[in-house]
Amino acid sequence: MEKLLQIHNLKKVFGAGTINEKTAIRDLSLELSAGDFLTVIGNNGAGKSTLLNCIAGVFPADEGEILLDGRNITKMPEYKRAAYIGRVFQDPLKGTAFDMTIEENLAIAAAKGKCRGLQPGITRADKKEFREKLASLGMELEDKMTQKVKLLSGGQRQALTLFMAVIAEPELLLLDEHTAALDPAAAEKVLSLTEEFAYGKKMCTLMITHNMKDSLHYGNRTILMQDGKIVMDLEGEDRKNMTVEKLVEKFSIDNDRMLL
Amino acid sequence: MMTLTALLGALELGTIYAILALGVFLSFRTLNMPDLTVDGSIVTGMAVSAVMCATGVNPFISLLCAFAAGSAAGLVTGILHTRLKIQAILAGILVMLASYSVNLRIMGKTPNIPLTKSETVYKMADRILPPKYSGIILGVIVLAAVIAVLYLFLQTRIGFVFRATGDNEDMVRAAGVSGENMKLLGLALSNGLVGLAGGMLAQNQAFADISSGTGMMVIGLASVILGEVVFGTSTLLRRLISAALGAVLYRIIISQALYLGMESSDLKLVSAVIVAAALYLGLLGERGAKIRRKRGQNGKAASNT
Repeated sequence: MEKLLQIHNLKKVFGAGTINEKTAIRDLSLELSAGDFLTVIGNNGAGKSTLLNCIAGVFPADEGEILLDGRNITKMPEYKRAAYIGRVFQDPLKGTAFDMTIEENLAIAAAKGKCRGLQPGITRADKKEFREKLASLGMELEDKMTQKVKLLSGGQRQALTLFMAVIAEPELLLLDEHTAALDPAAAEKVLSLTEEFAYGKKMCTLMITHNMKDSLHYGNRTILMQDGKIVMDLEGEDRKNMTVEKLVEKFSIDNDRMLL
Repeated sequence: MMTLTALLGALELGTIYAILALGVFLSFRTLNMPDLTVDGSIVTGMAVSAVMCATGVNPFISLLCAFAAGSAAGLVTGILHTRLKIQAILAGILVMLASYSVNLRIMGKTPNIPLTKSETVYKMADRILPPKYSGIILGVIVLAAVIAVLYLFLQTRIGFVFRATGDNEDMVRAAGVSGENMKLLGLALSNGLVGLAGGMLAQNQAFADISSGTGMMVIGLASVILGEVVFGTSTLLRRLISAALGAVLYRIIISQALYLGMESSDLKLVSAVIVAAALYLGLLGERGAKIRRKRGQNGKAASNT
């Protein structure tokens, strides 16, 4: 079966030719099928976020190619590939237009990939649909449809952003430490929603996390990145038998935060 | 207090400056971008409208052309900003500078075009409406049409994305839309309105002058902020109406100040002071709202943060 996401020999260098030259991604290849949920771990500076940003088109790749569902998207501008990609950032402020209402934000996300002209921005049918779907999130957002997003808490906002990322049914969901700024209870809630969305739709998911327990608990595959390369790739039985302690032992990860 | 005639004059001018304020609202508030093109595009609108009226073209058509000419100026700023990556404020300054020469060429290299003997929309209104109020009625009709169209536009799919651009461009890109194209659209629309206001102004005062653009952006800004502070910002429609009413209020304040003996040469200083004061008041207003919110839901706020 054709893989949904194919990354071949990706390379990304920042500040090429200067004394600050840094190779963020070196010769990285990765393939994911529809339905895959990959968790990505690694120290700061390992290239995790750069990888996601290259896939999303924030940074152009220096070498290599990225194929999504057979389409070569390596040179496609960010806003065009966004039609196939849903994204959630670490900062809860980054995913929503804070001065607009919840339903307006949802309408913007839901119109992704559709023609955007002078049609009404939001219809009565949209509102009804959004309301029902929001109710299923269990974040008490359905009664705040006409409230401005800036009045929401971080957890509510991140749940909303996640919902906005999947509402247009993307092929790929990119999550960059999307629960790092949340308190433990809110983080767990958002993560369980993430799992629900990731398995519920036909797409594949990449999630960066600094929490090793989460990285093994969620998803069906885990990669560890170091210095711009994938140094460990766990799947199936190997992954089931892996524990946080063994991970730490194996790679002497010197980041206390990752143990939590 | 000033005379009724002076008040009517202020209201009449206010309806014109309200269109300018709506243009500034689009760039400054919706796109979150201080756009100095305004000082140039308003004269472009004046020049185009005046030249066309002077040559006998229908004055209403000349207003449409003033809108188009203003849009073109905004588009140039937008291209400098989004394609050549020049800072927004500098891009606006460059176009403002360049437009001086362009405006002079449009005006046939004379710095002033009188319209005393030409047909204007205001003279047309005088003939069918009571002359004392005709200017205000005409202004209100045009203004209401502008607000209605703008409001409807901002409720469309593309209007939603446009509003989100100033809030969060990352989110707009993530939603599959080029934020840069939205900025182009916004600057064109914003300066189009400014051009329209310029055209109305030229026909109202029955002349176009090359140097009348100085400080127009600040006046627009003063109106927007004054409107926000006095009339509120709770809904989108209210924000549009607030900006428009802010312009009217601004004209009334200015004419009252002139009536009280302020030198008209001090006008620009007063405008700048009003903007500085209003910006500070707006800040105070935000802080006040925050404190009020905290007091109102102390327990809730703690659990939310």
